[in-house]
Amino acid sequence: MPPALVGKVAHRLATRARWRLLEYAFWLAALASFFLLPNRHLILTEIAWLALFALSLDLILGYAGIISLGHAAFFGLGSYLAALLAKHGIVNEPVLALVLSGLCAAVLGFATSFLVLRGSDLTRLMVTLGVALIMREIANQIPDITGGADGLQGVVIAPILGLFQFDIFGHVAYAYCLIVLFILFLLARRVVYSPFGLSLRAVKGNPLRAASIGISVNARLVTIYTFAAFYAGIAGALLAQTTAFASLDVFSFERSADLLLVLIIGGTGYLYGGLIGAVIFKLMQDWIANLTPQYWQFWIGLVLVLIVLIGRDRIALRTGGVRLLAERITRRFAPAAAPVAVPPGEGS
Amino acid sequence: MLTILFDGIAYGMLLFVLACGLSVTLGLMNFVNLAHGAFAMAGGYITLVLVNRAGLPFFAGLAVAFVVTAFIGALFERTLYVHVYGKSPLDQVLFTIGLVFMAVAAVDYVMGSQQVFIQIPSALQGRFEIFGVGVGRYRLLIIAVCGILTLALQLILSSSRFGSRLRASVDDARVARGLGINVNAVFSLTFAVGSGLAGLGGALGAEILGLDPTFPLKYMVYFLIVVTVGGTSSITGPFAASLLIGIADVAGKYYVPKFGAFVIYTIMIIVLILRPQGLFARAAGK
Amino acid sequence: MLRIVAIALAAGTMASTGVLAQDVKVGVVLPLTGGLAPVGKQVQAGIKLYMDKNGATVAGKKIDLIIKDDAGVPDNSKRLAQELIVNDKVAIIGSGITPSAMAIGPLSTQGKTANVVTVSGTSGVINPNNPYMVRTSFTLGQQSGIIAEWAAKNGSKKVAIVQSDWAPGAEATAVFTDAFTKAGGQIVETIKVPLANPDFAPFLQRARDANPDTLFVFVPAGQAGTFAKQFAERGLDKAGIKLIGPGDIVDDNDLPGMGDAMLGVVTAGIYSVLHNSPTNKEYVAAFKKANGYRPNFISLGGYDGMHLIYEALKKTQGKTDGESLINAMKGMKWESPRGPISIDPDTRDIVQSIYIGKVEKVDGELYDVEFATFEAVKDPLKKK
Repeated sequence: MPPALVGKVAHRLATRARWRLLEYAFWLAALASFFLLPNRHLILTEIAWLALFALSLDLILGYAGIISLGHAAFFGLGSYLAALLAKHGIVNEPVLALVLSGLCAAVLGFATSFLVLRGSDLTRLMVTLGVALIMREIANQIPDITGGADGLQGVVIAPILGLFQFDIFGHVAYAYCLIVLFILFLLARRVVYSPFGLSLRAVKGNPLRAASIGISVNARLVTIYTFAAFYAGIAGALLAQTTAFASLDVFSFERSADLLLVLIIGGTGYLYGGLIGAVIFKLMQDWIANLTPQYWQFWIGLVLVLIVLIGRDRIALRTGGVRLLAERITRRFAPAAAPVAVPPGEGS
Repeated sequence: MLTILFDGIAYGMLLFVLACGLSVTLGLMNFVNLAHGAFAMAGGYITLVLVNRAGLPFFAGLAVAFVVTAFIGALFERTLYVHVYGKSPLDQVLFTIGLVFMAVAAVDYVMGSQQVFIQIPSALQGRFEIFGVGVGRYRLLIIAVCGILTLALQLILSSSRFGSRLRASVDDARVARGLGINVNAVFSLTFAVGSGLAGLGGALGAEILGLDPTFPLKYMVYFLIVVTVGGTSSITGPFAASLLIGIADVAGKYYVPKFGAFVIYTIMIIVLILRPQGLFARAAGK
Repeated sequence: MLRIVAIALAAGTMASTGVLAQDVKVGVVLPLTGGLAPVGKQVQAGIKLYMDKNGATVAGKKIDLIIKDDAGVPDNSKRLAQELIVNDKVAIIGSGITPSAMAIGPLSTQGKTANVVTVSGTSGVINPNNPYMVRTSFTLGQQSGIIAEWAAKNGSKKVAIVQSDWAPGAEATAVFTDAFTKAGGQIVETIKVPLANPDFAPFLQRARDANPDTLFVFVPAGQAGTFAKQFAERGLDKAGIKLIGPGDIVDDNDLPGMGDAMLGVVTAGIYSVLHNSPTNKEYVAAFKKANGYRPNFISLGGYDGMHLIYEALKKTQGKTDGESLINAMKGMKWESPRGPISIDPDTRDIVQSIYIGKVEKVDGELYDVEFATFEAVKDPLKKK
């Protein structure tokens, strides 16, 4: 490869990966929320791990085109592992337990990734769903370990790094989740802007063409699926650590379905979709459920239907809301994406 | 042993009637209608109101359930669904899940959240024995009704004019359009009939599956399993899949109660690994 | 910059502490959507009925009721309860089904907040580790032990058990098995059914094939109707098999719709709509008028829970710290629509009468008709 081309490609990659103003604004807002909303930390904690979970789904759906209705399998595994590690005092330090849980989820992700390599979207939806439901049944069938349908009781989480004890106000929990989310976000950002990330986009766009220019499609898909499972596991572990509890619902179909809604509301393929979706979905749900605890589902449903009927893009353009950020970011590099997708030699 | 087989067939037949509409519309328009179960629920509640409160005979209630649900289906298709065909599959998921949420909450509001039962005639209750096989009367009725429906559907599909139009549209909607087939009209009618069948299934199944406002969410997974395992290009596929799942589920729970719930998920995954397009899929032209 | 943050933080804290001194906030976390919604609704109706009847003011304080929906998912319950304690500064928490109550338990201990369990029937929910919890519902052990004794005395020798696979089910089975085998009976088969289960056919067939003379059943409220229908459909009644269980399976809310298959089912429960007392007649009439359907045994957890809270507040003269409230609640006795009940001062669990009843048709509708009473029954799993 001539040096000039290498320089060009490197420059291009660097430009694309540059931080944009709105991104700074987003994270500053997240930081500010910690100080400005001290009495909302509990729901913010929930938003933070949900955002991480949605980010994980975005990695496979938005960047590799794998649709999943069973992402809760990894979330749940991470959740139970973190709770069990703490309960039996195997690994007391939460951060270490968090990473361990994530890694185990990644192993499950790797093992099941071969199931999603083939088939249509519908097939993938159902295979992933099947995996999650089987995980749920396994957890249900070994009540001696998992507590069965009653959930895992008696989990006590040690202070983080031996210093910060989780408090009832959720201050430590929120700071913890936010920091983990930020670090993992940085990592994800690094990955999707790397040549590997670009090759994924090529696979998503057209697997056949991607293969013909030398990208080993299956290897990419397996890698990103495993990587995403790691994230989902971490998100689940965060849930378990901040609530000191794990129950069968971590594997439920509803959890995977809600996750998909979160991501679709926020938009896929620009990393912030899951984060923004989590904020919108949780706040909306909390707000409506406070107004009408019995019938909130109706109004959520109505909002979803209206979003689709009016059109997600149009809402964004008119109100300057969710998608604007997305479009700003994507518009800058979208046209250039295809030609530089895979520099020669990078592929195989 | 044979009793278990009989129960499994009844259960599978019921699943088929509930899910076949979904399968055909999915194959036809590539439209994932997660709200399919809501139509089944509608059929169930309509029959409930007619039979329990208005005192209509049970079979008349079933017929009305079919007609009214089909009508509701057609109405929704023309007014709402039609706007969503061109959208991405993700939008369709969002839209139909939204509909399910609304249906669940609305039924909860109108009918209450407790489980309800349709009064069935006493002639259909209980069971009798033939050659040592215990045969539940109601389950026999389910098999009979569903069997007739399946035959009728098969006949319509294979030998009527509408059937050939439908098959043409499923195989390749673009070419079908080019040949002057009004694919949208075919679809509307199919959607209506599919919804009506779901409504009938909901009414028939209330006795066995129970009926409460969470019905569409509870059984969505089962419908999807039937459709994916069976494939979407014919009704033979979903039919075979329904029977397979029905029998496997009942037998699994009988012989190994502890692992009963694993059986259908495992079957689904195995089938999908071996045949990603479903059991009876032809190589699709899409 | 730092100063702004500090001011904002201070403002935020002030906002959250600005609670009127005269209000007593009661936060209740219930499943109001999802599969267990009927349970939450009965409790909610019981609570509201009590407040309508007795007014919202007690011991000079106004009761401010906050109801939240957890959809039956324990991690929701936990977050909602935490928000109630931290943000809304509730003085008393009400909790619902077993997994939720268990998730909330440690929080009430940490926040030293009185916690009234209104639904859960699992013994272990009320335990020494969580000293701020009391129960106004029931335990399955209470009912299962009694029905075992009754069945053994009334001709049952071989029993098959069908239970939903979760803690209340396991407890019902354990207590029943223990009491029944002690009385000389035999358990021929124990079948665990997944909690979310569409079709009972295979399990019932298996139970039938074990040739019992009696079938003991515990399935959660709401599934009993399907179960009984399939019991009759499978001809188990014709084969001479008796159906018995804890009161859950003749839930008054579902009973009218269950059909004649339920006739003759014998249960040991805590309540029947037909319970013969003036208090109950008044309760049933008021409840039906307000909601249009029958109250069931679950509704009493809410109604009596509210009563317990009111009386405790009267006793503490409006003091709302967990310590005083729980001490006031311990040993409290009163006449509930279900009959005389009390809070055991040692275990903080409920002590109540258990009634053996049989399903019969009264004025064309199905009712559980009580015919024998066991007084002041404690939770057998806590007796030791």
